[in-house]
Amino acid sequence: MARIGVFVCHCGENIASVVDCERVAKISASLPGVTYATDYKYMCSDPGQDLIKSAIAEHNLNGVVVAACSPHMHETTFRKAAQQAGLNPYLCEMANIREHCSWVHDDHEKATQKAIDLVRIMVEKVRRNHPLEPVRVSVTKRALVIGGGIAGIQAALDMANGGIEVVLVEKEPSIGGHMAQLSETFPTLDCSQCILTPKMVEVAQHPNIKLYTYSEVENVSGFVGNFKVTVRKKARSVNMELCNGCGLCTQKCPSRKIPNEFDRGLSNRSAIYIPFPQAIPNKPVIDRDHCIHFKTGKCGVCEKVCGTKAIDFDQQDELVNEEVGAIVVATGYDLYNISMDQPNDKLEGYGEYGYGKYPDVIDGLQFERLLSATGPTGGKILRPSDGKEPKNVVFISCVGSRHNAKGITYCSKICCTYIAKHGMLYKHKVPDGNAYVFYMDVRTSGKRFDEFWRRAVEEDGLVYLRGRVSKIYEQDGHLIVKGADTLSGVAVEVEADLVVLATAIVPQPNIEKLFQNLGISYDEYNFVTEAHPKLRPVESSTAGIFLAGACHSPKDIPESVAQASAAASKALILLSKPELEREPLVAKVNEATCIGCFYCLRACPAKAITEKEIKNRAGEVLRKVSEVNPSVCTGCGTCVSVCFSNSIDLEGFTDEQIYAEINSVIERMSVIQQ
Amino acid sequence: MSEADQGFEPHIVAFICNWCTYAGADLAGTSRMQYQPNVRVIRIPCTGRMDPLFVLKAFERGADGVLISGCHPGDCHYGEGNYHARRKFAIFRKLLEFVGIDLARIQFSWISAAEGGKWVSVIEDFTNRVRALGPYRAYQEISL
Amino acid sequence: MRFAYYPGCSLHSTAVEFDISTRAVAPLLGIELVEIPNWVCCGASPTHQRDSILSYALAVANFNKAELVNEQIGVQCASCYNNLRRALFELHHSDEIKKKVEKVAGLDFGNNVQVFHLLDVFRNQIGLEAIKEKVTHPLKGLNVAAYYGCLLTRPPEAVAFDDPEWPTSMDDILQTCGATMVDWPYKTECCGASLALSRTDVVQKLSHDILKMAKTHGADCIAVACPLCHSNLDLRQKSIEKKFAENLELPIFYYTQLMGLAFGLSGKELGLDKLIVNPWKLLEEKGIGSKKS
Repeated sequence: MARIGVFVCHCGENIASVVDCERVAKISASLPGVTYATDYKYMCSDPGQDLIKSAIAEHNLNGVVVAACSPHMHETTFRKAAQQAGLNPYLCEMANIREHCSWVHDDHEKATQKAIDLVRIMVEKVRRNHPLEPVRVSVTKRALVIGGGIAGIQAALDMANGGIEVVLVEKEPSIGGHMAQLSETFPTLDCSQCILTPKMVEVAQHPNIKLYTYSEVENVSGFVGNFKVTVRKKARSVNMELCNGCGLCTQKCPSRKIPNEFDRGLSNRSAIYIPFPQAIPNKPVIDRDHCIHFKTGKCGVCEKVCGTKAIDFDQQDELVNEEVGAIVVATGYDLYNISMDQPNDKLEGYGEYGYGKYPDVIDGLQFERLLSATGPTGGKILRPSDGKEPKNVVFISCVGSRHNAKGITYCSKICCTYIAKHGMLYKHKVPDGNAYVFYMDVRTSGKRFDEFWRRAVEEDGLVYLRGRVSKIYEQDGHLIVKGADTLSGVAVEVEADLVVLATAIVPQPNIEKLFQNLGISYDEYNFVTEAHPKLRPVESSTAGIFLAGACHSPKDIPESVAQASAAASKALILLSKPELEREPLVAKVNEATCIGCFYCLRACPAKAITEKEIKNRAGEVLRKVSEVNPSVCTGCGTCVSVCFSNSIDLEGFTDEQIYAEINSVIERMSVIQQ
Repeated sequence: MSEADQGFEPHIVAFICNWCTYAGADLAGTSRMQYQPNVRVIRIPCTGRMDPLFVLKAFERGADGVLISGCHPGDCHYGEGNYHARRKFAIFRKLLEFVGIDLARIQFSWISAAEGGKWVSVIEDFTNRVRALGPYRAYQEISL
Repeated sequence: MRFAYYPGCSLHSTAVEFDISTRAVAPLLGIELVEIPNWVCCGASPTHQRDSILSYALAVANFNKAELVNEQIGVQCASCYNNLRRALFELHHSDEIKKKVEKVAGLDFGNNVQVFHLLDVFRNQIGLEAIKEKVTHPLKGLNVAAYYGCLLTRPPEAVAFDDPEWPTSMDDILQTCGATMVDWPYKTECCGASLALSRTDVVQKLSHDILKMAKTHGADCIAVACPLCHSNLDLRQKSIEKKFAENLELPIFYYTQLMGLAFGLSGKELGLDKLIVNPWKLLEEKGIGSKKS
């Protein structure tokens, strides 16, 4: 006999201002199977939970329906409360009368009617719920970090220092990420590499960190606590054991005109190269697309000059398997490409700014390289076209960002502060030069950031013009920047020698393939979506996978580091448990009726189903049936809908429960009256 | 639509996946978007769980329209549950058409956790469409 | 492909050569243009500034007349295009506006009407491949600056079929016709538009800047898709030359005239004799086109 309690939450005014909660409770009380129903201002508060608990005891309830917010918000809360009152937590369900009702409807009568329906549907489901016990699984006490920028480095170090073995995978030949390219960092103007390289060295030397550079995550399977990861170690063509990093090969390589990625094309590199002087590992790699040996079969200079015989032209990509319990995604960002070629048709370029056409129109990271002591100009501000010192530099903010017509609506967040930094550093190096900044708003939020940009204006004399730039073109050796100064209401033209575009921060190209492989959600721009925008900002939608840094949204260094440490601590919490409890919402097979067609086995995306032999006492195989491994099953229910003989069902979403819900969607009486 | 059906409010049953569309519908709520209150949601873990018979059952029990919505192709929380759903429904639709079910009363869509606005527009469009079609009496009469 | 053709007042008067060349070129690309019977004024520049509802009502009146011919409407005048598209945008996006407009017009707005600029049709529906097939007399050696003006691509949410700041459709088409397209920055600068009447000095300055910029970037001529741009650049060129004491001598073509030349049509068939800045010196120098067929 069902003895169900219905608890209708007002959520303060959030529900009660639209839905008549008292009436919902009153009508619920008369539903078949319902023993007790009440309403209360805040069900999730302590007194609210106590109300549920005491009702369970007092009315000997064997099922609970809480009509409140989304189950994604508070299902765990109320199931715990039920458990504390001695009820199996899986006998408690929620009816979502806030997100799906009061917040989206303003007609009181109709919303109340809908809330009553939603409660009735859930009551019918709970009448058919079974007590379930959590599935217990072991935990692999290792972690994977994807991406070796500052966020990945920080997360790896934190977990490694916490005693966990960490696998760090970086797709480039060196760790360091974009931070290694920066000159000085805001708002303190301390040297980026000086604070980064000790951390990079620590990663290389840490006994708990296994570093794969020039490697990519190829495949991920498994689930929280038990992920299986395949890493592709791309052929470096250099034997890392034998190479001593002397660099002679990079000096002798005859193929030298390849745009240097680290300098964003402002300098050239050889085909065998070490990306930058402080690279970790500090050993070269052969760029096979540009190597003469790989293109023609000739050359082989590097092989000849190498004293340790480390050059290995025959090296192949290698696939290695790693088992980990937790994953931190720290794949970082890229800059919006403002030339006319865009990676997808959602984005449009800035043909009117002439990027890619005029060598002296560059992006922010290129300017970082010009400022950097290790950059192509040795830290001197010399413009790319003719190597002259530019006397008038124009910085343009929001190129691509906050611009719906160009495909990106969000703010890239770090640009306003780095433009102030760029202008300031430029003025320090070229005191008689002029720095102009075209801006929409100055958004330097962050500790001491606002003071920082004020300093740029007040002490270093940057000229800020509020308005957009409509076009840039070349005339008599100058770049004419046509824009507006909306504060004085005039059109402005600046004759610039160099233009620096603060282009939008976007996720790494094609990164969504990795996210699909990991099974985590991402938004329309391919930034990873967090599990909850306020309360679970470093967790992905998938248990055991955490996020750090700019793969989640544009971030500066302190924020990336903070998020990395937070992700690391979340992973450490997960890995500190001897075993994990998983939701028991898994498939189960009725062996008596299973006909052994194994459609379920083929359909199962988690590969949780195997063939099981049913034997007689003599050990002879009578027939074969399907068997579900509950620690692998992820509970999608695809198997149930392909089963011919109704022999497999999904706990928590059984056929019986779903049909009961469908049956109760529309009150029978109202249909008949129609 | 007959005179008697003036003021008709359709019953719409929505089967939506827990990870994408349910969260997208939550987002519509969090963002306080407004839509018509005719839809009743049945939460399933994944559109892969969707048995075509659920649709028929819903019509039998008086639904005037049925909506099924899950994660975008490639974004399934379980990897490929929605691909199974897509294939199943491609075939199921043909069967339904063959037996004379009005396909305008069934809507299949992909709505991600970030698409609160899309959830609203799908619900609005579908509700208006089904309202215009009137009650699904043809089916209800044979099943009741 | 059939379009209800909305010429607008300019193409029946000051820009008759735009109309002539359009009617000459379109059939060669398999486009049938049927002029909307009894079309009315689009409202041009003044109406929407005075009363936007009236402007949309004029559009609805035209849509109703067009529907008798075809639901796809083809327009050449950039200003007509802009007015009709913006009306369409507002009618689709606001029920309130739609109701008001229908009341003022005394007509229903059928939702199915589509409005295309023929540049969009040529570039994106007919396509460069099909255009290329028709080119018999490539515009070899002709350096053309494609000038789009302000109305063709903006506001982008209502009208754009191309990048609002850096459009390329006209460049693509004329390049396919064999011309050398000039890479210049003033594609979408303002020519001064209807200030021509009230503040001629402003128009002279703005149009001068455009002509000058095209010239400095090596253009022999300019191609346009807007009657008002054309009259400012062509009709006023003499007075601009006088005012700025410069010799510009840049023929201003409608893009359809250049397409027609590439398709082997004669100057007469394309209305080249209507141009104020005589194009024949340039064309003869480049060995392009003939006056009569």
